[in-house]
Amino acid sequence: MTNSMQEAENSDVILITGTNTTWNHPVFGGMIKKAVMQKGVKLIVVDPRDIGLAKYADIHMKQNPGSDNAWLMGLQHIIVKNNWHNKEFVEEKTEGWEEYLQSLEFYTPKKVEELSGIPKEQLYEAAKLYATSGRGAAYYAMGITQHSHGVDNVMAISNLQMILGNFGLPGTGVNPLRGQNNVQGACDMGGLPNVFTAYQPVVNEDARKKFAEAWDKKLEEMDDKVGQTVTTMVKNAGDSIKALYIVGENPMMSDPNQNHARKQMDKLDFIVVQDIFLTETAAIADVVLPAFAFAEKYGTFTNTERRVQFSNKALDGPAGAKSDNEIIAAIARRMGCTDFPETVEDLYAEIRELTPSYAGVSYERIKDSTGLRWPCPTEEHPGTPILHVGKFARGKGLLKAIEYRPPAEYADEDYPLVLTTGRLLQHYHTGSMTRRSKVLEGIVSSGMIELNVADAEHLKVINGEKVKVSSRRGSIEITALVTDKIKEGIVFIPFHFVESAANILTNDALDPVAKIPEYKVCAVKVEKIAE
Amino acid sequence: MESTFKIYINGKALETSAGKTVLDVAREHDIYIPTLCHHPRTGKAGKCRACLVEVEGLRGLKESCALEVRDGMSVKTHTEQIQEVRKMIVELLLSNGEHNCIACEKNGHCELQDMAYHLGIERPGYLLDYERITLDESSEGIIRDANKCIECGRCIKSCNNNVMHEVLDFGWRSDHMRVICDDDKPMGESTCVQCGECVQVCPVGALTFRYAKGKGPYWELDKTKVICTYCGVGCSIDMFTKDNKFVYSLGTEENWQDQTNKGMLCVKGRFGFDFLNREDRLDTPLIRKNGKLEKAGWDEALDLVASRFTDIKAEHGPGSIGFFTSARISNEENYALMRFARGVVGTNNIDHCARL
Ligand code: SF4
Ligand code: FES
Repeated sequence: MTNSMQEAENSDVILITGTNTTWNHPVFGGMIKKAVMQKGVKLIVVDPRDIGLAKYADIHMKQNPGSDNAWLMGLQHIIVKNNWHNKEFVEEKTEGWEEYLQSLEFYTPKKVEELSGIPKEQLYEAAKLYATSGRGAAYYAMGITQHSHGVDNVMAISNLQMILGNFGLPGTGVNPLRGQNNVQGACDMGGLPNVFTAYQPVVNEDARKKFAEAWDKKLEEMDDKVGQTVTTMVKNAGDSIKALYIVGENPMMSDPNQNHARKQMDKLDFIVVQDIFLTETAAIADVVLPAFAFAEKYGTFTNTERRVQFSNKALDGPAGAKSDNEIIAAIARRMGCTDFPETVEDLYAEIRELTPSYAGVSYERIKDSTGLRWPCPTEEHPGTPILHVGKFARGKGLLKAIEYRPPAEYADEDYPLVLTTGRLLQHYHTGSMTRRSKVLEGIVSSGMIELNVADAEHLKVINGEKVKVSSRRGSIEITALVTDKIKEGIVFIPFHFVESAANILTNDALDPVAKIPEYKVCAVKVEKIAE
Repeated sequence: MESTFKIYINGKALETSAGKTVLDVAREHDIYIPTLCHHPRTGKAGKCRACLVEVEGLRGLKESCALEVRDGMSVKTHTEQIQEVRKMIVELLLSNGEHNCIACEKNGHCELQDMAYHLGIERPGYLLDYERITLDESSEGIIRDANKCIECGRCIKSCNNNVMHEVLDFGWRSDHMRVICDDDKPMGESTCVQCGECVQVCPVGALTFRYAKGKGPYWELDKTKVICTYCGVGCSIDMFTKDNKFVYSLGTEENWQDQTNKGMLCVKGRFGFDFLNREDRLDTPLIRKNGKLEKAGWDEALDLVASRFTDIKAEHGPGSIGFFTSARISNEENYALMRFARGVVGTNNIDHCARL
């Protein structure tokens, strides 16, 4: 996030899209409601479902899944045509205006209505409200990124914020809500194929030199090419990839097109899984290493607003398990690396040394406080709740021309419904933790498919009935939840439940840049199960 | 700059500034003023009058939770008159309902019990006719015992103004007044999302956590600050444990204004950590032998991993090994795996499920 969650109250208008906030980031969902109800902040929700926040929205637009680039650029088309954009900001702080302006031409309200199903009058109202109310903040999550054109969607949001000058002020910004507690930290720490810590590129020789020196390696020993992503590693299993070391992830549940993913994993020579339970992925490993869970060790985590927080050890983990860093160090030692840092403190010292944005975040400063937001380059630095104050980090903000691209797969005769996936309030991700919780599993213990009343009628399916859902990649059986809270033609399935795993159905088509699979749109059919 | 001034509590000079209440200042300096309806996160309520103080130059007793400080103000917190009023308040509350502490979950950190203790009240002087209300045990995570409710209104305020779930309210009238869910539904059938905020702010044992019941009185629990392992909000949690088992979570109250979650939690952060206690946690390395995963020692497992990685690297190059790091492990651990992939194996094939 460029800004912080506490600032929701400082906005004049908030745009929520691709996030079912009250379920997936519940505490923040409450903060948005509070901003709306107590501070009079205006709210625009764009989502095909009647999500919890829709009730509080001034405008709720229900787009067709996969049309986000269209309506986002459509909003901007209207804003620019009406001269509601912030000319001074565009002039002084951005570049790429001409090309961007040209690409806007395509997104006429009429065209956008065709593509997104959002009536052009409503789009106009939304554009007007968002552009003319004052400070606007945009919040989004996987509903925006998990598309074969997810990067375009994010760019479109950043364009929108730039033309309105919604940067560098409290209550503005481009604010992705991270779905897992340390996505931000994993990225910051270089858990990505193209960068070291703090996004220092691996293709940059100076960066490689810096890390080679710190790790006592020769420059030639450092890989100078961008590595493979999670999804390409699975794709290339058996070919360029022979072995995987998987720590705390469960791709056998979370990967799209699971039947295919399973076949790919079988092609590997060697799989190591390090986790706290025998997950679906651990079950197919060659070696399983038992690890401590979060409250059984201490260390730092970085939340969605870049806040580095210290988490303490509350419990002793299972006697036969070890902490992740201890296990990794032990393997490193056995592979001949004698100086691999042993303790959490040693690791953190290295992080601070090599990561300018974390340099000032000492344990002492965050242990008994509420954390510090990076960049925090020195011990005296107060942290940075808002990015891009005064000017953009890269100098000028780049307005991107965006060409419309449809989703990789859409409803057709054989598969007439559009499936979108996500989470429930009570469960989390692949369910390995929440499904083992008495209260959470007690509240919801099985998956369901949300089906619009009209679709259900057409299929002669009643609420609570078991149905068969199929895509080109596989099929599952699942209980129908008939509701008017989802748009006609669209169905929703949460992906937590192994008995009715949504990812058997999903499409593994990838965004060409970010390599994110298209979880949010695929074509399915729903059938009655013959008695 | 805010200008500071002095006030006097029980004769002691205390530095403070405008905008605070007498209660705030007392709390900052560990001066005990009982409160029942006020809570730092629900604010002043002015209902219970437990917090009464005497202010020099002002007539009558004043509610310290609502009384703003003024330069030179002189306050007394425990005069005979104040204690008499407090006694009456507590007596009245104790005589109405069922306030038996013996096996109460709140025993040891009940604000009503504290007050009675400080006032030396062992049992109420009189008992009113009282019709017992059945417990509401319909909810997965929360038990409601209306017999212990003192109608302070904290739960209602926090449900409607803090977490914004708009479920709780006062229902019925006068003598029968009580806290209800929606239009008086059992909690488990209401729109309650079980975030547990109401339990956290309840001063007495009227709202408690089902699975904490009987796990141990407050003073036997250990409290540790952790960061929630679920979503990216990163809520700060005071985790209560006993005998190396998770018992329950509270949102961190300390510095709540600056906490990312402002003291609140959702149902996952509140109730979702009993997986830690589970019997089926992995507690030994496993190695696949003849197609089956079998228990193995650490040395055997680590040797095997190291030698297989070494061999595969030698045969196919470092780029043939891939690493999935995790969005759920700490920064230090992420860094360790990153350093291992790039510095020991020598590949940039490292990624995590941020995309998934
Ligand atoms: S308590 Fe709920 S809102 Fe807070 S971090 Fe955990 S999952 Fe997210
Ligand atoms: S605490 Fe002040 S009136 Fe109740």
